[in-house]
Amino acid sequence: MTGKPKLTYFNGRGRMESIRWLLAAAGVEFEEEFLETRAQYQKLIKDGALLFEQVPLVEIDGMKLVQTRAILNYLAAKYKLYGKDLKERAQIDMYVEGTTDLMGMIITFDFTPPKQRNLALIIERATTRYFPVYEKALKQHGQEFLVGSQFSWADVQLLEAILMVEEREPTVLSKFPLLQAFKARMSNIPTIKKFLQPGSPRKPRPDDQYVATVMEVLKKD
Amino acid sequence: MTGKPKLYYFDGRGKMESIRWLLAAAGIEFEEEFLETREQYEKLLQDGALLFQQVPMVEINGMKMVQTRAILSYIAAKYNLYGKDLKERALIDMYVEGTTDLMMLIITYPFLSAKDKEKQLSVIIDKATKRYFPVYEKILKDHGQDFLVGNQFSWADVQLLEAILMVEEKKSSVLSQFPQLQAFKARISNIPTIKKFLEPGSQRKPIPDDKYIETVKRVLQMSF
Repeated sequence: MTGKPKLTYFNGRGRMESIRWLLAAAGVEFEEEFLETRAQYQKLIKDGALLFEQVPLVEIDGMKLVQTRAILNYLAAKYKLYGKDLKERAQIDMYVEGTTDLMGMIITFDFTPPKQRNLALIIERATTRYFPVYEKALKQHGQEFLVGSQFSWADVQLLEAILMVEEREPTVLSKFPLLQAFKARMSNIPTIKKFLQPGSPRKPRPDDQYVATVMEVLKKD
Repeated sequence: MTGKPKLYYFDGRGKMESIRWLLAAAGIEFEEEFLETREQYEKLLQDGALLFQQVPMVEINGMKMVQTRAILSYIAAKYNLYGKDLKERALIDMYVEGTTDLMMLIITYPFLSAKDKEKQLSVIIDKATKRYFPVYEKILKDHGQDFLVGNQFSWADVQLLEAILMVEEKKSSVLSQFPQLQAFKARISNIPTIKKFLEPGSQRKPIPDDKYIETVKRVLQMSF
C-alpha cells in the first residue's frame, strides 16, 4: 500500500483519461491497474469492487470510487481545483459539463462502426457550439483562467478537449485566438507540461487493439 | 422579479424533472416557463440565454445556469442536501450518478420506435432489478439508517425515490424483491416537502405523452 490513488481501467483513454489529467494537473502521483482480460473484470465484480459493475474505478482515501463525475468532483475539491465558493463551483461545473459532452462525442466515435462515424459533426459542434463559448468566456473574464483568478478543473478539461479535437482536425483553433493563447499558457504550467511529455501516464489515441480489448472485456457487441 | 428560481423547459419531465424534485424536496418554490414553439427557443438562443444552446436552463441567484448536473449540484449544496463533508459528497455523487444512468434509459424511451421500445423496456427492468436496485438495497441494509448517506436527508435520497417511482410506472411490482427499498419509498414519500410534491396540483409532471414528444421534436427540430 503506497497511499497513492490507484486507477483501474483499460490501458487507454476512454473515461479514465480526464481523471488522469486532473490528478496530473494537481501534481498527484497515481498507480494504474490495466484491464486486459474478461476474467480480470469478472473477478473485480465478484469481489464487489465495482459498485455498478463498471469502470472507471479509483481507490483513494479508503474509498472505492466509481462513476467518472463523482471521482472528478472529489479530486477537484480535494486538490483545490474547484473554485473558491459555490458560485465559482457552479461556473466550473457548467464549463466542465460542456467539455465533457464534446469529449464524449470523440470517445464514442472510436467505438462507432466506421460507416456511421461523423467527424464533421464533431468539428461542427466544437467550432460552433463549444469553442465559441470558451473563447467568449476568456475574453469577457480577461484573466489567465476560465473561472476566478486561479487554475481550476475547468481549465484542465478545456485543454484536454482542445488537444483531443486538434488530433482529429489540426486547424480547429484557427478562428480562436484566445483559445490558442490559453492552450499555450496551460501547457506551460509545470504539472501539465510534465504530463504532456513522453513517458507520462497520458494515454495515446485509441487504436484498433484498444477498441478490441474493451469490447472483449465488457463483452459488448 | 420574484427572487424565485425560474425553470425553462418543455411542459414535461425530461431532464428538468430531477431539478423539480430537488427544489421541491428542499421546500423551494419556483416558476416555470414552458417551451412550446420553435420561435421561443430561437429567441432564447438569440438572447444568449443558453450557454450551449440547450435546455434545461434555470435562472437562480443572478445566474443563468445550464447543464443538468451543474444545476443539481448547485441546488444540493445551497440547500444542504449534499452531505456534511467531502466523503459524504463523494458517496452522494456516486449514488446519484447510478440513479441518473437508470433514469436516462427511461427518459429516452418515449423517443424510440415501437420496436426499440419493447427492447428498451426489458433493458430498463433488467438493469433496475439486477444492477441498480440491489446496490441501493444493500446500502440501506448495511448503513442501517433512514437515509442513504450519513444521518440526514440528501440529494441521493430524492433521486432514488424519483427513480423508483419512474421504474414502478413501467412495472408496478418491480420492488417485490426489495424490502428495504419498499420501506425507504414509504419513509421518504412521507417527508412533508416530498409528500406535497406527490400530491395532485404540484409542479411534478406526468409521464410523457405523444403531445410532449411532438413538442420536443418540433421545438428542437429533431430529425428522429
